[in-house]
Amino acid sequence: MPEGTLRNSVAIVGVGESDIGKVPGMTGLGLNAQAAMRALEETGLKPSDIDGLLTAYSFTEPYFMLGSVMCEYLGIKPRFNASVIVGGGSPAVMLKHAAEAIAMGQAETVLICAGENRATGTSRDEAVAALLAVGHPYYEQPYGFSIPAFYAMIAQRYMHKYGLSREDLAHVPAVTRANALLHPNAHMKKPITPEDVLASKPIADPLHMLDCCLISDAGGAMIVTSPERAKDLKGQPIYLHGIGEHHTHEHLMCAPSLTEFGAKESSRIAYDMAGLGPQDMDFAELYDCFSIVPVLEFEELGLGKEGEGIAHWTSGAANVGGALPINTHGGMLSHAHAGAAGGLFGIVEAVRQLRGGLGARQVEGAEVGIVHNEGGILSSHCTLILGREPR
Amino acid sequence: MTALLEPTRNADSQEFWDAMQQEKLLLQECGDCGALDFMPRHMCPVCWSPNRKWREASGEGTVHSFSIVRRASSPAFASRVPYVVVLIDLAEGPRMPSALVGDDALSVTIGDPVRMTFEARGEEKLAVFELAK
Repeated sequence: MPEGTLRNSVAIVGVGESDIGKVPGMTGLGLNAQAAMRALEETGLKPSDIDGLLTAYSFTEPYFMLGSVMCEYLGIKPRFNASVIVGGGSPAVMLKHAAEAIAMGQAETVLICAGENRATGTSRDEAVAALLAVGHPYYEQPYGFSIPAFYAMIAQRYMHKYGLSREDLAHVPAVTRANALLHPNAHMKKPITPEDVLASKPIADPLHMLDCCLISDAGGAMIVTSPERAKDLKGQPIYLHGIGEHHTHEHLMCAPSLTEFGAKESSRIAYDMAGLGPQDMDFAELYDCFSIVPVLEFEELGLGKEGEGIAHWTSGAANVGGALPINTHGGMLSHAHAGAAGGLFGIVEAVRQLRGGLGARQVEGAEVGIVHNEGGILSSHCTLILGREPR
Repeated sequence: MTALLEPTRNADSQEFWDAMQQEKLLLQECGDCGALDFMPRHMCPVCWSPNRKWREASGEGTVHSFSIVRRASSPAFASRVPYVVVLIDLAEGPRMPSALVGDDALSVTIGDPVRMTFEARGEEKLAVFELAK
C-alpha cells in the first residue's frame, strides 16, 4: 500500500439525518444536533467520547466560527475542530480531514455534521440573495448571473458538444424522484415524469424548476473513528477505501473548461488509493444540485463513456434495481438540499446501502460504493469509496 | 426597486474600471511569460510574475456558452427577464462573463460572433455584448 494512504484509516460508525422538509420547530444548529444525536445513538458512544468536530457553513444563521459554535451548542470540548468551506464539496472533504487527523493520532472519534434551516429559517428571496454570492461579486454579479444560470451554461455547452437533448435530460430528475419514493425521510413524496420536468417553470434555459435541487430544512451527521475503535462499537462499521480531492477554480469565468472538471482527477486519486476501479462499484451517490451535474460526474468518475452518460438514466440503469443505481436516496433533487447537508446525505446513504437491510431501496449485494461531492460551480471536487469490509 | 450593481473598484481593478468608463476593455498580459488574462490581479496566475501590463482588447469575440434567464437572480433584474447571460471567448483568447443585449439576443447560439457595447449603470458604464450581424 502506498505511503500516506488513507485506505482503511477510518470507519464510519454512525450516520444520522434530522427531520427533513419544512421543520419550523428547529434552528439550523438544532437540525445539526438532531442528526448528530441520531448518528451517535447508532454507535453506543457518549457525547464526551467525541474529540473532534468538523462542520461547514450556514447561509441562514449569522455565526462566524461555526465549528466552535457547533461544539458550544452540543456542549463538547474537542481537541480538533474546524469549519470547512468548499461549498457542496465540504462533507467529503471533511471526511478526508477527519481521516487524516485520526490516522495521525490527532483525534480518535470525529463528528462531522452540516445542515441549515433553508426552507423556514429565511425567506426564499433571502436564500436566493445569499446564494447569489456564489457569483463573482465584481465581474459576474453585475450581469445577473444566478446559480442555475451558471449550471445552465454548463448544460448548454454539454448539449452542444454531445448533442444531448433537453428531453433526455428530463429523465434525471424523474429517475431520482422514483428512488426518493423508496426513502421514508425524503422531502419529496410524489412521483414525477420527464414530461412534468419539461412542463415545470423555466428558470434558466435549458433548466426548469424540477431540474434544480430543493430548498429544505435538513441536517446530516456522521461519526468517524479508527477501525480498531470501531470493533467495540454498536453499529456496523463501513470502511473508507479511497478518497481524493481536486480544486480547479471558484468562479465559472475562471474554470479551465465548461465540459471537463476536477472530478476526473479526484476520482483517479480515490480509485488509486482503493486499488479499485469504476467497474467495482455497486452504486454511486453523485452530487446533483442540477440535473446535468450527476451526468457529468458519472462520466468523469469513469462509470460511463464521455457524452453517453444520459443513457444510464433513460435506460433505467440508474434506478434502484438497475445496473448501477445512482442516488438511491433521491439526491438533492428529491431527498433534501440544505447547504452542505446535501452532499453529506450521499455519504449517509452509501453507509446505509453497505450495511444492508433497506427493503425496497436496497441495492442487492452492495459491497462497495462511490460518492462524489462538488462545491461552487463544479469548482471543488472530492470523491470517496466506501466498503463493507476493510481491504 | 433595488438598483443594478455598478462597477466596484479595488486595488486590483482600479485601472480596469477606469478604462471601461472610456469604453475600453483592458486585459492583463504577463511581462514575463506572456499569458493573457481577464480577471485583474497584481500577479500572473501562470508564472507568478509581478510584471503586469495592460492591453486593450478589440471587443470582438464569440459566444462560448449562454443561458436565457427566466427567473431573475435578484429583484434588481426582475424587470429584465428574460435576459441573456454569456461567457464570451474574446478574440485575444481570455474568457469573460457578460450579458448579451439587443432585440435579437434571445436568438443566440453557441459560437455566434459578438461585439462589445456599453450599458449605463448609474454614472458608470459596464461592458456588455451584442450579436455581430
